[in-house]
Amino acid sequence: MRLSEHPILDFDRGERITFYYNGQEIEGYTEETIAAALHAAGIRRLGHSHELGRPRGLFCAIGNCSSCFMTVDGEPNVRVCVTKVQAGMRVEEQEGKGVIRND
Amino acid sequence: MIRDVEVLVIGGGPAGLCAAAAAASLGAHVLICERDYVPGGQLVKQTHKFFGSEKQYAGDRGIAIGRRLIEEAHQNPNIEVLTEATVIGIYEDGIVTVFHRNQHIKIRPKRTIITTGASEKFLAFPGNDLPGIYGAGAVQTLMNVAGVKPAEKVLMVGAGNIGLIVSYQLLQAGVEVVGIVEAAPRIGGYLVHASKIRRAGVPILTGHTVKEAYGKDKLEGVIVCKLDEKFQQISGTEQDIPCDTLCLAVGLTPLTELCWQAGCEMAFIRELSGHVPLVDENLETTVPGIYAAGDVSGIEEASSAMVEGRLAGYAAAGSLGYEPEKAHERREAAAAELSELRSGPTGEKILAGLEKTAAKLAARKGEAKGC
Amino acid sequence: MLIQTGIPSAEDILTVTPSEERFAKGPVAIAECFQKIPCNPCMMACAKKAIRVEPDINQTPRVDFDVCNGCGVCLTRCPGLAIFIVDKTYSDTEALIKLPFEFLPLPKEGQLACGLNRAGEEMGWFPVVKVIPGSKTNKTCTICLAVPKDLAMEVRNIRAGGYQDGR
Repeated sequence: MRLSEHPILDFDRGERITFYYNGQEIEGYTEETIAAALHAAGIRRLGHSHELGRPRGLFCAIGNCSSCFMTVDGEPNVRVCVTKVQAGMRVEEQEGKGVIRND
Repeated sequence: MIRDVEVLVIGGGPAGLCAAAAAASLGAHVLICERDYVPGGQLVKQTHKFFGSEKQYAGDRGIAIGRRLIEEAHQNPNIEVLTEATVIGIYEDGIVTVFHRNQHIKIRPKRTIITTGASEKFLAFPGNDLPGIYGAGAVQTLMNVAGVKPAEKVLMVGAGNIGLIVSYQLLQAGVEVVGIVEAAPRIGGYLVHASKIRRAGVPILTGHTVKEAYGKDKLEGVIVCKLDEKFQQISGTEQDIPCDTLCLAVGLTPLTELCWQAGCEMAFIRELSGHVPLVDENLETTVPGIYAAGDVSGIEEASSAMVEGRLAGYAAAGSLGYEPEKAHERREAAAAELSELRSGPTGEKILAGLEKTAAKLAARKGEAKGC
Repeated sequence: MLIQTGIPSAEDILTVTPSEERFAKGPVAIAECFQKIPCNPCMMACAKKAIRVEPDINQTPRVDFDVCNGCGVCLTRCPGLAIFIVDKTYSDTEALIKLPFEFLPLPKEGQLACGLNRAGEEMGWFPVVKVIPGSKTNKTCTICLAVPKDLAMEVRNIRAGGYQDGR
């Protein structure tokens, strides 16, 4: 849920767009990070631990802790808390640790 | 290609922006590297009014102070702000490498001021990895920067300034705060913040801690319990608190990776909240030409970070030959401001920490002479 | 105790309370600031120099009740939202208290708001006499609330929302 009014702040969210989370269409705004847009849609589980498969969410939301790694447009280990969402972006829960591309 | 820079400021938060403004005011050319899309650091989410004196813009909201500092940086022809620019290395030959929008840049600065700030600490308890357990600063980012309602029902851990302030801001965003749990027997943050949320009906449970968190795919509730005077959990005092979010405001730790990498001598100083670079009265580290200011050299209030930034900026520009007399004068004035901010009971801890770093530095100099 | 609960004690409050003689002369600022922290915007805000934070910014503020006229400028400047204006001369039975307020929705003038004490406990429903919006940059609103005189030093907040119409 997004805040519609606030006693101190006004929000400039940019343009409304749609993107995909695990194939599901989600609403976002161009000035939002992927994590914020997912959170606004009620999605808190962003990934899972490698060994036990325990659910994982964000922790710091400013790019320090790496708890929010996801696969974005095929690129693994993207910190979605500091990456802005774009129209048509494909955001997916990551399987495994990701592979470094050689290009 | 290597780019030559007079003063490189790493991190565009309150300390970095003030360091840049100070150095630029004396005539030095400054490049600020900021990893985020916008400079301002954590000021961009501080909706409360700042303490201190008018020299640190006291009475103004953190966001307004941030806007002012950013505006000043953008208008100053001696300052260039590079955003989406993460400094990833400081090498022995003085080269600094930066990852900037998928490009690798090399910089050769004459002076470097490290103002990388801090990160939030974590807390050990069963279930602490569940989605819905967030740093208090993270929740602040979600609600105050993105404008996303971060939760319906929050339990806050930590009654320091961050825990108290974020609790208040959660109320402002229309979120229910069920309480604040604090392990210490007393409130650590400013009591005016505590009174503000208490009179809004939020209880503060001192001498309590989180025993465990539970939930299937995300947080559903938290078991809290009382602590004895030795901080041991008292069995039989458990309380089950249903909530969808647990905020951890259990302190910050300096973000010192670049200091370590640059070879700055480091020391663990409890009062400064972790490993910090040893700095002298100019905030210069043991690596000549590299300065550290703000939370990276010890966790303190943003008002102090701003003054530290200015102090380092004047010292760095002065050492490059820019108006040395004026630089000295202004450095002294900044030092006096810091002394004033730290002169009361709330400054005792930081002063104790700084005394320890000074002693370590002195011992180091003594050893060097001995060789 | 304040340091454990966030609630100032009756003794704490007594140290910042003016005399009944002073109350009888009109509105006055009550600075409920009990901890030495580096802060002095209240002093800078007062045009009459009625508030002193001396000798350095780590002292708690002292309001000179003989100089203060209860104008309320300090109330919106205080970063801790710890200053309140109390006017016991408002009517025969009621005092007018001015509270800093930073929540939505705001009440409308004439509505009743649920008054809360320093512990956040309900003290009753009281008429909102005036709502002074915050400035564009400051944003802190001032709520003027008419309360029975004996609650003038008790009511320190209103519950946001749920306002009732009429007296």
